[in-house]
Amino acid sequence: MKVQLLKICHGRSGDKGDTANVGLIARKKEYYPLIEQLVTAEKVKHHFQGIVEGDVERFELPNLWALNFLLHHALGGGGTKSLKNDAQGKTLAAALLRMEIELPEGTVIE
Amino acid sequence: MKSKKGIIRIASGQGFWGDLLTAPRDQVTKGPIDYLVMDYLAEVTMSIMQKQKRKDPKLGYAKDLVELFGEIGKDCIDKGIKIITNGGGVNPVACSDAILSVARSKGITKLKVGVVLGDDILGSIDELQSIGIDLENMESGESMLSIKDRLQSANVYFGAGPIVTALAGGADIVITGRTTDTGLTLAPMIHEFDWDHQDWNKIAAGTVAGHILECGGQASGGNFSADWKSVPGLARIGFPIAEAHPDGSVVITKHEGTGGLVSAQTVKEQLVYEIGDPRSYITPDCIADFTSIQLEEEGPNRVKVHGVKGKAATDFYKVSMSYLDGYTSVATLTYTWPEALEKAKKADAILRMRIADLGLEFEEMRTEYLGYNSSHGPLAPKVGDPNEIVLRVGVRGQDYKAVERFGKEIAPLILTGPPSVTGFAGGRPKPSEVISYWPALIPKTAVHPKVIVKGL
Repeated sequence: MKVQLLKICHGRSGDKGDTANVGLIARKKEYYPLIEQLVTAEKVKHHFQGIVEGDVERFELPNLWALNFLLHHALGGGGTKSLKNDAQGKTLAAALLRMEIELPEGTVIE
Repeated sequence: MKSKKGIIRIASGQGFWGDLLTAPRDQVTKGPIDYLVMDYLAEVTMSIMQKQKRKDPKLGYAKDLVELFGEIGKDCIDKGIKIITNGGGVNPVACSDAILSVARSKGITKLKVGVVLGDDILGSIDELQSIGIDLENMESGESMLSIKDRLQSANVYFGAGPIVTALAGGADIVITGRTTDTGLTLAPMIHEFDWDHQDWNKIAAGTVAGHILECGGQASGGNFSADWKSVPGLARIGFPIAEAHPDGSVVITKHEGTGGLVSAQTVKEQLVYEIGDPRSYITPDCIADFTSIQLEEEGPNRVKVHGVKGKAATDFYKVSMSYLDGYTSVATLTYTWPEALEKAKKADAILRMRIADLGLEFEEMRTEYLGYNSSHGPLAPKVGDPNEIVLRVGVRGQDYKAVERFGKEIAPLILTGPPSVTGFAGGRPKPSEVISYWPALIPKTAVHPKVIVKGL
């Protein structure tokens, strides 16, 4: 069964220079192991192809049911250099919530 | 004498220079607080302020702050509320003079202003380099010499320490230059609870509270992605308040009767905002471990934050330098149905051909279609025939004249390009300066914060 991350997560994104960070937070405690297993740095890098030019790093915060992704070279140079309308990556959390993941059989999502 | 309180209430008043102007007043008037903390400084702010100071040596700070003090200063003094802010920018002394002068004009007769100095090292770069401090780029390792002649600002990020000194000196308002956002909130906890600067778990707990408060309404229902429609009364949003306890635990809340929402979800979204490795959130005061943070909803609009662990601070301060790095110009035109996207794309192609014919060259020329894909790029689903599309084209280059010339190629598209186009009322776009950043480290032993407390 496929589910869009929007259904099971929320998040917020911001900038540090030319790197964007996206915090992805599970809506329920029981969803955290799913995203920890399925939303890997590789998958996020693939999801953002054409937007993120550098590497994607992932960090885990199980205490907040959250993952933190660093998207390197994602903001067209960052700061006042960037020509992007979204130079600070504010909308990249929503862009990650577009991602679909394939849930293991029998997973129950309310 | 400092008060020894069981709990102190630290209120966030501003999350950036340009934030909701009514928020600090609401924090002071709509319920009890002990401290009002206001963050005014983003990286680009320092270079803007240096420019203002070069034009007039009495400027270079957040003027909003002085106006605000005129509005709420007397109330704060009457209620014993202390103000802590980095709104001093690159000229905290001039800022404090302006505050004292407003205080006099409002009939305030007793006021102690603490001023934190020493973060601005723009004038001592040569001296630092002569003793072997090269300020190379901490990310790329590049030598600073390549940008030295284009430097606009250079500031050391201080932590809570100098603010604590000012509070101990009896300051009613503390004005700093480049202090970390988190230091503003941590300082009153150290001061009121007599925390040891090396009690790393407590210092980290205060730092985490500072991170939650530092973006104002973003912790209390603003920019909330989990369920934005459920947030009541955003028009009258209450900014977050940290009820700090001597053991380092904190309850995040807001004043009764204000709009917005404080929940575990709103606090989590702020906790993950603009962080890197959550196990080492590095500030001048400590290294906080965000994976140790425990949250509990203990009632409506009350979230307890506890269990925070920290480690010893590093031996370095971060330095944020900015330098001039060319110019940009951005133009927009609005195309409407029918075939809005096709028209916008055609206009972009015509513009690019004219730019090429003129021989103009840029480091980058970027086209986005607002209403279609400007934010989510290739992730945006294809649209049918939208009612309207905003064509947004930007260029960046070192040659001012070329960037300026680009701006003259936009209006002609209206009469010499695709039809049903509007939205050029603002006139020709003007080049803006590009300010780039140069992050570096400096040994803590090489810079010395200076604290002055002066008064009426």
